[in-house]
Amino acid sequence: MASLTNRAKVLEQKPMSFMERLYLPAIFKGMAITFAHMFKKKATINYPEEKRPFSPVFRGLHVLNRDEEGRENCTACGLCAVACPAEAITMEAAERKTSEEHLYREEKYAAKYEINMLRCIFCGLCEEACPKDAIYMSETFAPSNFTRKGFIYSKDELLIPNPVNDKEKYDIAKGMREAQLKNK
Amino acid sequence: MAEAVKTVKVTIDNITVDVPVGTTILQAARMIGGDVVPPAMCYYSKLQGSGGKCRTCLVEVSKGSEADPRPMPKLVASCRTGVMDGMEVKNMTSPKVEDARNGVVEFLLLNHPLDCPVCDQAGECHLQDLGYQHGKQGTRYEFKRRTFEKHDLGPYIQLHMTRCILCYRCVFTADQLTDKRSHGILSRGDHAEIATYIEKSLDNNFIGNVIDVCPVGALTDKTFRFKNRVWFTKPVNAHRECKCCSGKVTLWQRGEEVLRVTARKDQWGEVEEWICNECRFEKKKTTDWTIEGPTHVSRHSVISQGHYENTIKPKETFTAVHGGRNPQLLMDIHSVSEVNDPSIDLSQINGPATSDVYNHSTKQA
Repeated sequence: MASLTNRAKVLEQKPMSFMERLYLPAIFKGMAITFAHMFKKKATINYPEEKRPFSPVFRGLHVLNRDEEGRENCTACGLCAVACPAEAITMEAAERKTSEEHLYREEKYAAKYEINMLRCIFCGLCEEACPKDAIYMSETFAPSNFTRKGFIYSKDELLIPNPVNDKEKYDIAKGMREAQLKNK
Repeated sequence: MAEAVKTVKVTIDNITVDVPVGTTILQAARMIGGDVVPPAMCYYSKLQGSGGKCRTCLVEVSKGSEADPRPMPKLVASCRTGVMDGMEVKNMTSPKVEDARNGVVEFLLLNHPLDCPVCDQAGECHLQDLGYQHGKQGTRYEFKRRTFEKHDLGPYIQLHMTRCILCYRCVFTADQLTDKRSHGILSRGDHAEIATYIEKSLDNNFIGNVIDVCPVGALTDKTFRFKNRVWFTKPVNAHRECKCCSGKVTLWQRGEEVLRVTARKDQWGEVEEWICNECRFEKKKTTDWTIEGPTHVSRHSVISQGHYENTIKPKETFTAVHGGRNPQLLMDIHSVSEVNDPSIDLSQINGPATSDVYNHSTKQA
């Protein structure tokens, strides 16, 4: 049969040489490589006890941000939801009442905000799309869970602690990375 | 009769077209269509006297006419300039026009607030499109943007005067569609604003059309306020028997809910047929309407995301294959998710939802 490309090569099968037929030299060579690895630096760590530092560009669990006065930044513009390739984000907007001006920064706010962590692919496009500095991806993993129900994150789970009422927790949430760097 | 109509030849961006005498350059360009059409923020072909205010439709006339081939000394507003025989117009081929239009957009954006994330018009805003095409990323303006006292225009129409670009379209609409105009422009210059003179709600039966003609988010539908972003709602064409208008509308749905009703718009973003307030604000149930099918949305619009036209739904084969058994639901999303709660019917709330609406529902659950 004519070859299509003229690049085909006929496979040559030579009989094995004496050293190859002996079989044992190759075995010892392989074992030496395995043995040498015992003295090399380990590629793994003992995970829950030891943790690796996150890279500065790590994209982890989402955080909904507040401003210095503790008001929610999110104005439910829907840009994160439209940017989300996995369609993990849903929200419902509401109008701020005059008595709620200390809670929300803008006239419109997200009354409901949910991220389905089963859908989320942690691509970071929501963070990039946000015009209000409201959504950030933190340096933590989404915790595991036994049921699917636990993966629908609502505003309770996502909001950063209030810097006015709950300064301590807010600092922890904000300074996670700095604390890690100090521990190193 | 056909011979009686005199036509003239006009060349726009090297495309020649025959148009009747008295046509404006903008209309001639729209007859050609495509990229040669200058953008228009204030001109509205259905409103008499509109145009000439925003200056976004500026074009260069490189040859006045066959009789007088001198070019016009300055750029002209194409919506207000009539064509002459043998006129040659440059729109997208002229760097002068491009430069001038960038300047006009910068001027329009001087006082325009950057509240697109809050604004309900976002996604179908002409100024947003224009800014995207011609705008610069930053502004050179160093002063405070103008602000206004809030005017209440009644239960249906929300006025955000800070967003207004003073195109006068709503004034013409109210003047030409309704028998008694009760709003207009107060003050002059930088202080000019759309308002009613004494706090007065606009209650004419056709006044809702000012929402549709507004190129920006200055006049928006109060019954749709903050309900949803336009690109998450599904536009479908629908009609109903209406005593006072054609009843041909576009419904903006979320699921089975009708969140908003607007008039149908053509490719220039202009209303095809005016609709009355009853159709627009009071018929917020799918059962009120006969649905014709999805509205055509330009592929370049954000509204076209997740919007499918001419689709054929494949036959559901699961039950047939499984001997009549329906698929088993592993989890009802409403048992975990609070968004899109079936007990809250947003379309039935007049005006924006507030914390009362949502807190009330959680108590019930």
